[in-house]
Amino acid sequence: MAPSRAVGVGLNMAGSDMAGTDSGWETVIGLEIHAQLATRSKIFSGSATAYGALPNTQANLVDLGYPGVLPVLNGEAVRMAVCFGLAIGARIAPRSVFARKNYFYPDLPKGYQISQYELPIVAEGVLEVVLDDGVRKRIGITRAHLEEDAGKSLHEGLPGLTGIDLNRAGTPLIEIVSEPDMRSAREAIAYMKKVHTLVRYLGICDGNMQEGSFRCDANVSVRRRGAEQFGTRAEIKNLNSFRFVEKAINFEVERQIELIESGGKVVQETRLYDPDKGETRSMRSKEAANDYRYFPDPDLLPVLLEPAFIEAVRATLPELPDAKAARFVRDHGLSDYDAGVLTASREIAAFYEDVLQRVGSDPKLCANWVMGDFSAFLNRDNLEVGAAKVDAAHLAGLVSRIVDATISGKIAKEIFEAMWESGASADAVIEQKGLRQITDTGAIEAAIDEVMAKNPGQLADYRSGKDKLFGFFVGQVMKATGGKANPAQLNELLKAKLAG
Amino acid sequence: MSLTRTDIENIARLARLELTEAEIPVYVDSLSRIFAFVGELERAPTEGISPMAHPLPGLAQRLRADEVTETDRRDLYQRNAPAAEAGLYLVPKVIE
Amino acid sequence: MSALPSLPAPTVAGLARGLLNGEYSSVELTRACLDRIAAGQPALNAFVTVTAEGALAAAQAADDARAAGRAGPLTGVPIAHKDIFCTEGVRTTCGSKMLADFVSPYDATVVSGLKAAGTVMLGKLNMDEFAMGSSNETSYFGPVRNPWDPALVPGGSSGGSAAAVAARLVPAATATDTGGSIRQPAALCGVTGIKPTYGRASRYGMIAFASSLDQAGLITVSAEDAALLLGPMSGFDPRDSTSVDSPVPDYMATLGDSLEGLTLGVVREFFDKGLDGDCEQRIREAIAVYERLGAKVREVSCPNLPLSVPTYYVVAPAECSSNLARFDGVRFGHRCDAPRNLADLYSRSRGEGFGAEVKRRIMTGTYVLSAGYFDAYYLKAQRVRQLISADFARAFADCDLLLGPTSPTTAFAIGAKCDDPITMYLNDIYTIGANLAGLPAMSLPCGFAGGLPVGLQLIGPHFSEGRMLNAAHRYQQETDWHLRAPSVWA
Repeated sequence: MAPSRAVGVGLNMAGSDMAGTDSGWETVIGLEIHAQLATRSKIFSGSATAYGALPNTQANLVDLGYPGVLPVLNGEAVRMAVCFGLAIGARIAPRSVFARKNYFYPDLPKGYQISQYELPIVAEGVLEVVLDDGVRKRIGITRAHLEEDAGKSLHEGLPGLTGIDLNRAGTPLIEIVSEPDMRSAREAIAYMKKVHTLVRYLGICDGNMQEGSFRCDANVSVRRRGAEQFGTRAEIKNLNSFRFVEKAINFEVERQIELIESGGKVVQETRLYDPDKGETRSMRSKEAANDYRYFPDPDLLPVLLEPAFIEAVRATLPELPDAKAARFVRDHGLSDYDAGVLTASREIAAFYEDVLQRVGSDPKLCANWVMGDFSAFLNRDNLEVGAAKVDAAHLAGLVSRIVDATISGKIAKEIFEAMWESGASADAVIEQKGLRQITDTGAIEAAIDEVMAKNPGQLADYRSGKDKLFGFFVGQVMKATGGKANPAQLNELLKAKLAG
Repeated sequence: MSLTRTDIENIARLARLELTEAEIPVYVDSLSRIFAFVGELERAPTEGISPMAHPLPGLAQRLRADEVTETDRRDLYQRNAPAAEAGLYLVPKVIE
Repeated sequence: MSALPSLPAPTVAGLARGLLNGEYSSVELTRACLDRIAAGQPALNAFVTVTAEGALAAAQAADDARAAGRAGPLTGVPIAHKDIFCTEGVRTTCGSKMLADFVSPYDATVVSGLKAAGTVMLGKLNMDEFAMGSSNETSYFGPVRNPWDPALVPGGSSGGSAAAVAARLVPAATATDTGGSIRQPAALCGVTGIKPTYGRASRYGMIAFASSLDQAGLITVSAEDAALLLGPMSGFDPRDSTSVDSPVPDYMATLGDSLEGLTLGVVREFFDKGLDGDCEQRIREAIAVYERLGAKVREVSCPNLPLSVPTYYVVAPAECSSNLARFDGVRFGHRCDAPRNLADLYSRSRGEGFGAEVKRRIMTGTYVLSAGYFDAYYLKAQRVRQLISADFARAFADCDLLLGPTSPTTAFAIGAKCDDPITMYLNDIYTIGANLAGLPAMSLPCGFAGGLPVGLQLIGPHFSEGRMLNAAHRYQQETDWHLRAPSVWA
């Protein structure tokens, strides 16, 4: 948790939004996002950080807090934190200090967590989010600091006991503390997704929410619309999915509004979201010991960062999502929405650019295919971009056959499905299934003549003014050609023929 | 400066130290004396003086290379554990 | 004790020569030490654990190495370690019930450094619990007694180290100093003690009391012995972020340098009303010796030094309250019987496992860090610490070394100062300043008052161990106070 003095100092009040259900109230949300840094070893020891190892097999003497051991800082964790700071345009502290946060808990081996308090490594950044309706909003980031993760408590299978696994203890985290700038769960989710995208772009966090690599605490309060003072906030702990964040915030907002409207008062406390019941409840166990007695950790020296180091890190930054999206809009003529969707994942964006480069034209068509069928199939089969049998060359091959009118868009979907299953190229599937589009005028006219001959009644009705029957004839001709007739040619020829 | 019984009880709770009934008045007395003694510091003129957290000035934290240098030694480390089972350290049930 | 076997030489330097010349083997020497330890233990209680078997095996290995032509200057020299240093496979108690059964799975860097130099570990030395004390009365394993008079304390917290060396049970011992825990017992037992610059020796594996003050050092008979042993236990350690990455000089090379032109600063604040008159006299006599050796002596002032004790009793407890939070009965250490719940597990394990003084300091430290008191106590003390450091820096602009008494009095009776913590804390009034500023400092025997040893303290600028050992060695060539041993133990 961040120092309380840092939260509650809201400056960026732009873009207020409707709160939950009752328009007389405004919701105020700040998020504390914990992102595990994707280092090989822990922040203060040489233990592995791999997920899923047998209990306590990745907990060495330092992680266990054995008597006499000392922490030594992992330089890669520092570099990753600096990466993040630069990506949000923040101030990178030339001097930052590790502090001890003292409290007793079984998953906290030393009786204190090494964190940063007064002098965090990253301060004062900002992220712009685009909401569903296209509205842009800037969310202030108060600070981002380095700290160590705690272990895990396991309650199953041990009657009356809790088992402690310290494999996770000492995994590096950056805690990203926002300003209380969000005014709805929707905004909070948009911001959280933006941070999620960013850390994965930077390669500093795998973003795996199921494994707890990316999780957040939400500070939620409500106030009467127009009020200047913030209401009393509750901190909802350990939200590890976007859906839970949304549900927990909405539940909490309603709870607080109901409480105040029925004459009660919100108390400042830590609450836990229960996904089974869909509600938040007070964590009284955490309240008792709320004096963390922060002080500078005497085992660690101040982290001093030279401008040259910071600039060297800056030089390694990839093109960031916002810049990439702006480029897609500018260079490829995509809409803001499409550019946003494509750039939400660095891998998808790279895949799109690869496809586009191979096709050499029609950026919108390429975008539709990447965002549409390709993404849908990835989701369906729960695959990463690189794991699909359809690679950029294959998809580009398919799009190219649409562009050169070898196949229709409709047929292309059928071809894509076959490519997805077999890994074959578009051309191979087209040949194998004989799906090449009919562009020969004579062949299409022959098919039209045949349909007209078979449907004299409809033909008469059409000619007497029933324009709607045009669609009927298109469908019949398509059917007769196995869907392979070039749609534009078909339209043109059919119109002429029907006119008589 | 004088501390009360309640002060001592609160500090002991924060420090997770069970004190016997007999110990409490002893600590009320000795901590009161200690705080009267360290109260001397109040008189020292420290305006504009920065706190000194570390005895060697100007040194910077060294950064370790990100390398896994440890192997699994759980069995050895758990020989000192008062209660461990299936590789887990055991404590009375934690209720959140 | 008439049958007490004597060691063939009183010093590490002498024993190393004997081993080199083949006058005796390391096994023979180690046996002699073990015999003296066994004879001395009932009277002095200097050891918590004696590792006879391991010592003899290490001695044999040392003899084999020597036979194979692989011996260094310290190969086969027996020493003992303060029980604050983790020793692999050997119980490491820190003088506490909390760790009464704790077997360390690793060696402290200081221990492995001295092991690599060929020294033989005889065992683990008694100490004040978690190094918190100035009399060795807070040890869970009982008080250590002063070899000069068993009714008296040996000083603390490295009382076992000082008593064992003073009684010639071991030729040298490791020790640690957070506020005077090497120098004060060295003074009270009539032996030589050195606390190097903060960061000179690694703290890895040294159970932490107050991390920004703790420093490993030595208790020896002579400054020459300290110079021999300091090298192998010093130096940069990648496991300790606060250890300093600068080469360790050859302390032996400069030991005999002339003191002509050396400027010694006599710290005015050390000669306060608390200083015993006879002790002061011995210090004045030592100053005269230095003048004879060619040193220039001048008076200097460190006006904030009298605030060092209250400063220390904020900073050290604050750090200790956090450092000792890891002793919670979960992964190692004492655990109470049948805990009712988590809170009970914590408070009873800690309440039972820690002694009275440790609990007092944990509570003091918890209080000074808590909300509402942090600025007034902790931050204020760290500011005063800055003033004290600045006083020293100013003094070193004009002097090479500072000089004064180590302790206000000679050894006092066991039990005499147990009732009032402040009286006990004031024992360290002359030693704490060096810890707050991270400076190297030594205590040398400089005579007797009422039949009990008096210690002379030298304090140097950061990393001036070489010059300080040189000044100490030249003094010990002019005097023989350091070679005096209590008659029963001679």
